[in-house]
Amino acid sequence: MALDQPRKFKYVGTRPARPDGIDKVTGRAQYGNDITAPGMLWAKVLRSPHAHARILSIDTSAAEALPGVRAIVTGADFPPIEGDAGMRDVQLNCMATTHVWYEGHAVAAVAATSQAIANKAARLIKVEYEILPHVTDVDAAMAPGAPVVREGQTMENVPAGMSANVTYHSEFGHGDLAAGFARADKIIERNFRTAATHQGYIEPQACLASMTADGRGELWTCTQGHFYFRTACAAILGIEASALRVTASEIGGGFGGKTQVWAEPVALALSKKAGKPVKLTMTRDEVFRGTGPTVTTSITCKIGMTKDGRITAGEATLRYSGGAFHTGTCDMGAMAAFASYDLDAVRTYGWNVLTNRPKEISYRAPGAPQAIYAVESTIDELCQLLNLDPLDVRIKNAAKAGTKSSYGVVFEEMGLLAALKAAKAHPHWNSPVPEGASRGVACGFWFNFGGNTCVSLNIGTDGTVAVSEGNPDIGGSRASISLMAAEELGVPYEKVRTVIADTGTLGYNDNTDGSRVTFAVGLATIRAAQEAKKDMMRRAAAIWGIDAEAVEWVDGAAVPAGPNAGKFPPMTLAEIAAQSFQTGGPIAGHCDFQADGAGVSFGVHIADVAVDQETGKTKVLRYTVFQDAGKAVHPDYVEGQMQGGAVQGIGMALNEEYIYSDKGVILNPGFLDYRIPVASDMPMIETVILEIPNPGHPYGVRGVGETPIVPPLATLTNAISRGIGKRLYELPMSPPRVLKAIKGH
Amino acid sequence: MRYARPETPAEASRLLAAEPGLARVMAGGTDLLVQLKSGLVEPDLIVDIKHLPGAAMITREAGGFRIGAAVPNQALGEDRDLVAAWPGVVEAASLIGSTQVQGRATIAGNLCNASPAGDSVPALVAAGAVARVTGPNGERDVPVQQIPTGPGKTSLARGEFITSILLPARPARAADAYLRFIPRTEMDIAVCSAAVNLELDGKGVVARARVALGAVAATVLEVDVSAALVGTRLDDAALDKLAKAASAAAKPISDKRGTVEFRTHVVGVLARRAARIAYERAAR
Amino acid sequence: MTGTLVTSKVNGDEVQFIADPGETLLDVLRYKLNLMGAKEGCGTGDCGACTVTLNGRIVCSCLVLGVEAEGATIGTIEGMADGNRLHPLQQAFIDHAALQCGICTPGILVAAQKLLERNPDPTEEEIRYWLAGNLCRCTGYDKIVRAVQAAAAQMRA
Repeated sequence: MALDQPRKFKYVGTRPARPDGIDKVTGRAQYGNDITAPGMLWAKVLRSPHAHARILSIDTSAAEALPGVRAIVTGADFPPIEGDAGMRDVQLNCMATTHVWYEGHAVAAVAATSQAIANKAARLIKVEYEILPHVTDVDAAMAPGAPVVREGQTMENVPAGMSANVTYHSEFGHGDLAAGFARADKIIERNFRTAATHQGYIEPQACLASMTADGRGELWTCTQGHFYFRTACAAILGIEASALRVTASEIGGGFGGKTQVWAEPVALALSKKAGKPVKLTMTRDEVFRGTGPTVTTSITCKIGMTKDGRITAGEATLRYSGGAFHTGTCDMGAMAAFASYDLDAVRTYGWNVLTNRPKEISYRAPGAPQAIYAVESTIDELCQLLNLDPLDVRIKNAAKAGTKSSYGVVFEEMGLLAALKAAKAHPHWNSPVPEGASRGVACGFWFNFGGNTCVSLNIGTDGTVAVSEGNPDIGGSRASISLMAAEELGVPYEKVRTVIADTGTLGYNDNTDGSRVTFAVGLATIRAAQEAKKDMMRRAAAIWGIDAEAVEWVDGAAVPAGPNAGKFPPMTLAEIAAQSFQTGGPIAGHCDFQADGAGVSFGVHIADVAVDQETGKTKVLRYTVFQDAGKAVHPDYVEGQMQGGAVQGIGMALNEEYIYSDKGVILNPGFLDYRIPVASDMPMIETVILEIPNPGHPYGVRGVGETPIVPPLATLTNAISRGIGKRLYELPMSPPRVLKAIKGH
Repeated sequence: MRYARPETPAEASRLLAAEPGLARVMAGGTDLLVQLKSGLVEPDLIVDIKHLPGAAMITREAGGFRIGAAVPNQALGEDRDLVAAWPGVVEAASLIGSTQVQGRATIAGNLCNASPAGDSVPALVAAGAVARVTGPNGERDVPVQQIPTGPGKTSLARGEFITSILLPARPARAADAYLRFIPRTEMDIAVCSAAVNLELDGKGVVARARVALGAVAATVLEVDVSAALVGTRLDDAALDKLAKAASAAAKPISDKRGTVEFRTHVVGVLARRAARIAYERAAR
Repeated sequence: MTGTLVTSKVNGDEVQFIADPGETLLDVLRYKLNLMGAKEGCGTGDCGACTVTLNGRIVCSCLVLGVEAEGATIGTIEGMADGNRLHPLQQAFIDHAALQCGICTPGILVAAQKLLERNPDPTEEEIRYWLAGNLCRCTGYDKIVRAVQAAAAQMRA
């Protein structure tokens, strides 16, 4: 589906008010924790205080005896899943059975008539543990003789003789590495480490579950994908998916962190046992201890460069740990690491390693920020060593349409070069670096996904349009979907209402992730609109008594196609809709498909920072984001993604990290010491949207949400390293770490 | 758990003394409610002292300022005379938590919470502030540095609580300053901190100096810096001596917020910077 | 545990409720008065999502006991608009896309309203520091600051 010529849009590209705006500024919007039900119980989860232990016994008798307690569940209440190791891991992560694998692992849960009673009852549950040796560091876990997190998890492609914690290995790339390095004038190999970070959404996981005696259930929850949540909950509880209806509440942030179930199966099990609706809300402490951090990584990166700045070869080994469970995130890192560059010789190796940490879950471009941090830092150091301009070097090596990427795909039209050139021409890059400050630049990449999508579009008899889609709106997608429906049908934006339908109403929709919604749901909406249009043209043709083929759709109305079709005034959508009962009944369009052609995404960031040389504290003075958005459907929310993603990346770069005690206990499970950026930390985030149409979408749309978290890690590393005259190789670049580098010990 | 809202200090003291279980005094509640939430404490009785006479007032006394135990920190910054006289104390108090926390938190609470990292405490110590303590045996005045005795521990006896804190009168050419180090710009607990209180003579020479350091020992640490500062115009040599003295006095620990090396070095940097600010203010 | 009868004024209306001694004002507002606009993001005063006004100052309602509200005047996000007429800040947040997920928005609006009452023409820095206790993970704060500036300008005009 290629674009013949640049298309003129009437609605797409404008900035109307979002449909959920008033609800959200007046406190009316209903999030996960905002719904209650008659007779509702309140739940509390008991969690492991140990990083690794065998559960010897669980005694719930004292808790059961507490007045007001209605149900208690443990791992024994969940039928073990056979044959799907991935889903079995999800089940075991929701509730431990024989072992706890990380501090915060759920071991039991209580439902009671008040939150206070549930909390008290949870403390009365006595769990006897046999403490086992633990390991939380990825390099330590890979070393021979390390404490074994879980036996028997190793896959076939892992060479024999490695630590049992190594579960998975992958390799990507092409070309002759040895020959590539031989052509280089300068080769450096560097080791990098990154801490685990948390998505840090402000709304803790919260749900309301209601199972009835007939085995049917209702679940209201804040989720990035209620269809997956239905699948997972049904599997974990051992019920049929159709027995469960899941409704997505408004969602208070997710960033990938709400693509997995934690509370929901537990709440459903409690409800089933108690015969009452159950509300289960996590505390912030539980969110940090129990839900999805990112991987923690150790990366080795080797790059060769000629003295005029051509990269001759690149090689990276990525050691990722996603906690005590297998994850394929190292593949994402290994595929993304060198994606920005057109290389003759490139190889990346991914390793997954088990540690006694919570189960990793996606966080905005999962795996990519860490891998690209290593590559972009190494390139910058080479630029310094060879006295080359870091933007020129990136322009010289940039991947473009036709480039065979490091992960095998041949790229189509894409905007990396456009972003690099925009950066080079921008006032930020061309302004003098402020006194006492330093400047850094880096690129970033994300694949973007399409995936399973199902949309219904109904034309009301009054000429309004109702779009039912199945992806929770996490940052304004209802507005962008409505804009695309308006554009395709030629009706004002205000005539379209887009709602997030529950699992009983539509076919399966993949999670709101992979930067897929505006692309894939938008595409499905356009196709559904096209189907509705076709129907409306057919009806206009019937009214006019001409062939359906002789009608076309112009500006929101059916018109005869050319003078030979006959002379009829345009029949608007509203006019056709008003007559629908006389012309064959309701008018609707529908699309269910697997969207592909999502179109890759690239960005370039520039930062000016000032480092306090006496304390190691970094202040970001100026920050500019350049990104190819394809067609920006609602530019405000494209900018919002670029700004928000950049600031999350800045947080990863400067202060965010999971800090563990020597007992494997998280020391900073709260916003006080898990330091996400606050308003006063940040400058304005300037944005430059490039619009290089994605050939895989009729409007040229490509996903924009994930890429912006990728470049900040290296952008700030490069800026700070240049500012202090010492290279930094570990994140976060917290003041003690930077000061240590400055002082040289 | 019970909640009491006494209307006289005597009644408050009686309630606290008579409680057989665990009793907690509440002013702004910004520390207490966090402890309740985490399950760290489960008091049997909470005594809210916000409604005692004068508890929410700043009154002038002998040229100084008596700050009621329930005056929220935001109100300190709204009192122009207090800001002019004790800018360091006010800026220290104003750094605690967010704007929302500022609407509730108090310096008396900060003192009694007895965290070595409490922001207002070094400034109060350097200022020579005196706490008025009410208890079963009546009132007594106690220099603030004698209140905290270790992390989370105070010298207050059963039934005792602070009703107000007195900041003394200021001579001319005197000023204070407080600086803390945090990784972000706001919302963190001090990694280390320094308060400096200076009095100059008519020629701009330091006549008296008090320095107190936070988060580098089990309690706020007052450092005798007379030898470094008194008699100088705070030239670089004097500031170097001050920084060295501060770093030498520091006995910090390594924890999630900072290392021994980092705190030891940075507390000297902060002392030097705070001294310069205090000097400029005093010389104005 | 015995409850206490508490009378206070919320968004201009007198209300009564029975508060358990350990119950927070946030829980009272949400579950006893059905004012769900204030959110619990942390429960420890670190995120500001539960911001309300209490006797003229902004506070984290998670750090206030319900029993403390006796005789108090409280303002929540539900009281910010005048019927269907949005406060200029609310309209500016919609117009400037200053929210993505919206969970932090009620707290930020209540805090920003108090800022503009005290300082009708705040600088960017003053806005950022006043709102430092209101975490937003979606926007990177840029559009929030711009919306507050725009509302302030409109309110001054």
